[in-house]
Amino acid sequence: MARLSDANVTLAREIIARYPKSRSATIPLLHLAQQQDGYVTEEAMVHIGELVGFSSAEVLGTATFYEMFKFEPVGKYMINICRTMSCALLGAEDLIHHAERSLGVSVGGTTADGLITLNHAECQAACTEAPVLQVNYRYRFRVTNDDFDRLVEDLRAGRLDGEIPPHGTVARVRQSIPADRAVGAVAPDEVTSAPLWMHVDSTGPGEKTAK
Amino acid sequence: MNGSSYPHAPGFYTGDRPVIVTSRFQYSDSYTLDRYLATGGYEGLRAALAKPAADVHAMVKDATVLGRGGAGFPAGVKWGLTPQAVWPRYLVVNGDESEPGTYKDRLLMERDPHQVIEGCLIASYAAGLSQCFLYIRGEMAVAQERVATALNEAYAAGYIGKNILGTDFSLDVVLHWGAGAYVVGEETALIESLEGNRGEPRPKPPFFPAAVGLYRMPTIVNNVETMSNLPWLMTHGVEAYTAVGTATSPGTRMVAVSGHVRRPGVFEIINGSTTFRDLIYGEDFSGGIREGHELKAFVPGGGSAPWFLPEQLDLPFEAKPVGAAGSMLGSGAIIVMDETTDIPAAALTLCSFYAHESCGKCTPCREGGTWLSRILQRIVDGHGTRADFGLLLEVGESICPGHFPHAASTRLGLAASPWPYKMTTICFVGPSAYVPVHSALTLFPDEFEAKLVERKLIPVTGINTAGAAAGGGQ
Repeated sequence: MARLSDANVTLAREIIARYPKSRSATIPLLHLAQQQDGYVTEEAMVHIGELVGFSSAEVLGTATFYEMFKFEPVGKYMINICRTMSCALLGAEDLIHHAERSLGVSVGGTTADGLITLNHAECQAACTEAPVLQVNYRYRFRVTNDDFDRLVEDLRAGRLDGEIPPHGTVARVRQSIPADRAVGAVAPDEVTSAPLWMHVDSTGPGEKTAK
Repeated sequence: MNGSSYPHAPGFYTGDRPVIVTSRFQYSDSYTLDRYLATGGYEGLRAALAKPAADVHAMVKDATVLGRGGAGFPAGVKWGLTPQAVWPRYLVVNGDESEPGTYKDRLLMERDPHQVIEGCLIASYAAGLSQCFLYIRGEMAVAQERVATALNEAYAAGYIGKNILGTDFSLDVVLHWGAGAYVVGEETALIESLEGNRGEPRPKPPFFPAAVGLYRMPTIVNNVETMSNLPWLMTHGVEAYTAVGTATSPGTRMVAVSGHVRRPGVFEIINGSTTFRDLIYGEDFSGGIREGHELKAFVPGGGSAPWFLPEQLDLPFEAKPVGAAGSMLGSGAIIVMDETTDIPAAALTLCSFYAHESCGKCTPCREGGTWLSRILQRIVDGHGTRADFGLLLEVGESICPGHFPHAASTRLGLAASPWPYKMTTICFVGPSAYVPVHSALTLFPDEFEAKLVERKLIPVTGINTAGAAAGGGQ
């Protein structure tokens, strides 16, 4: 179960159809693979290559550039603690040390029960709420050591199952374009003239016309 | 904070200041279509579609809507840079916000996604763009969910898709999302990433996106905040827009103030007339440095901006004066450091961020950034020597040859050196690794001195007695 499932292939084809060139769907499909298996498997990358018209090496090349993709199993929950400037000024380092002691793993490690992977992260765009962490990309703001311990307790007890999906799922809502409303992807070599609404006047864009 | 993933950050209370992009932040359901429609939503689109596209484009030009992503280039002018008679043209909206200290785009996408979408529609209509890609940073799960929901609602309601509001105007807005790479915030890297590749920037020239962008076609890349300005501009008109702010930078701007302040927050401010002192000390802004402490230095425009000292507090938050004073506004983020801050360690935090985020395409950035952060780490750990200062500057010089911007300091007898600088890399990530190092080293040399390890040469006898006698104890 490492290639994309049939249901995911259907979804993948729907995503690919939105782009003028199918290769543009590579990153969304890698996310889909990670959502399916919790990490990106080699078979999935081969499969994605077949779907978008990349060689598997090209898919690997793209995938390894981006930090969110993992290539071996990680915990069900990934806790990323921000350590960039604003968080660093307000105690991120201490929080990371506390997290390491409290979980009994060092940064990059996964707890023995396979539940939690601890990582540090670069700026998470919530600088006024420092120090910040994300659990599977869901924020926790102004985190104290006690907050951290409570969070881990809640995760272990399954109390956050409704709010935080397992690692691999980022957004739980997907865009779906209704067939009767869709314009369709605009391929670069299929269009040679201005779109319809630009023909209202013949002077072209950027030139003022009388109303 | 545990359990509540979405609290109201302080700082949206704008008092009697004009509000353009954050007007709906006061509502807890600001992201829904119902609330959007109840508060004038999609009226800007209606107003735009009632005019010829060229008129809408002219309005954006006349209003001088500046790009809010960092470079501050006027959006209307950018749209006009596409080559004549080359079609199709694309719109790529940059929501890959990850500059240290910055977060405004995330709030705009989470709290008012329809406003962003309406902006995309107006821009596409005005500039004749055939398809829109809304690129959201991979780590922003909530923003992705809110924008996806908003897109689904807007499609169903007929605001996106075929024959929008019964006109000839048809457009698909496609939600695209990244997977964690700071450099993808750079426009050409964003396009590479959107084409399914590693997010490495393309050299300009020839790859100016307006001419050779997505799939090598003319492409407009604009920031989320820039898009969010357009609906208001369309409903209220050019005059109302330019009445706010200054002649060279009209309208408002979102600024995040973080670090050692009493009330860190994101504020929508009037362009040009607000000073750094207002933002850091003002009662309706951040309310001063945290209890019992005083300001030491601040970063005025995101992690890539050279640092300012308290002497620069009275500068207005406007590109020109800030540039002349030795820094830049960048993406609108102020990071405040009080006197407890360990300056070399703070510089290391930023430097290692950029070293880590280097895509590896340009050697000066890939190698230089890593060198800088390693040397700095050595100094911070107390193993540095005086020779390391020269090494830091030498490595920096290889990324940014020649003059480098910094703030004026009466204490050090320094005159300001204006922004920008020269660079040997394609994009700004390389120089950005050097910025904090240079600022810290130039403005706070004593703090580096204090971390140096004392090393004494032990005189060696019997090998070269003359040399030992002359050089001993140096």
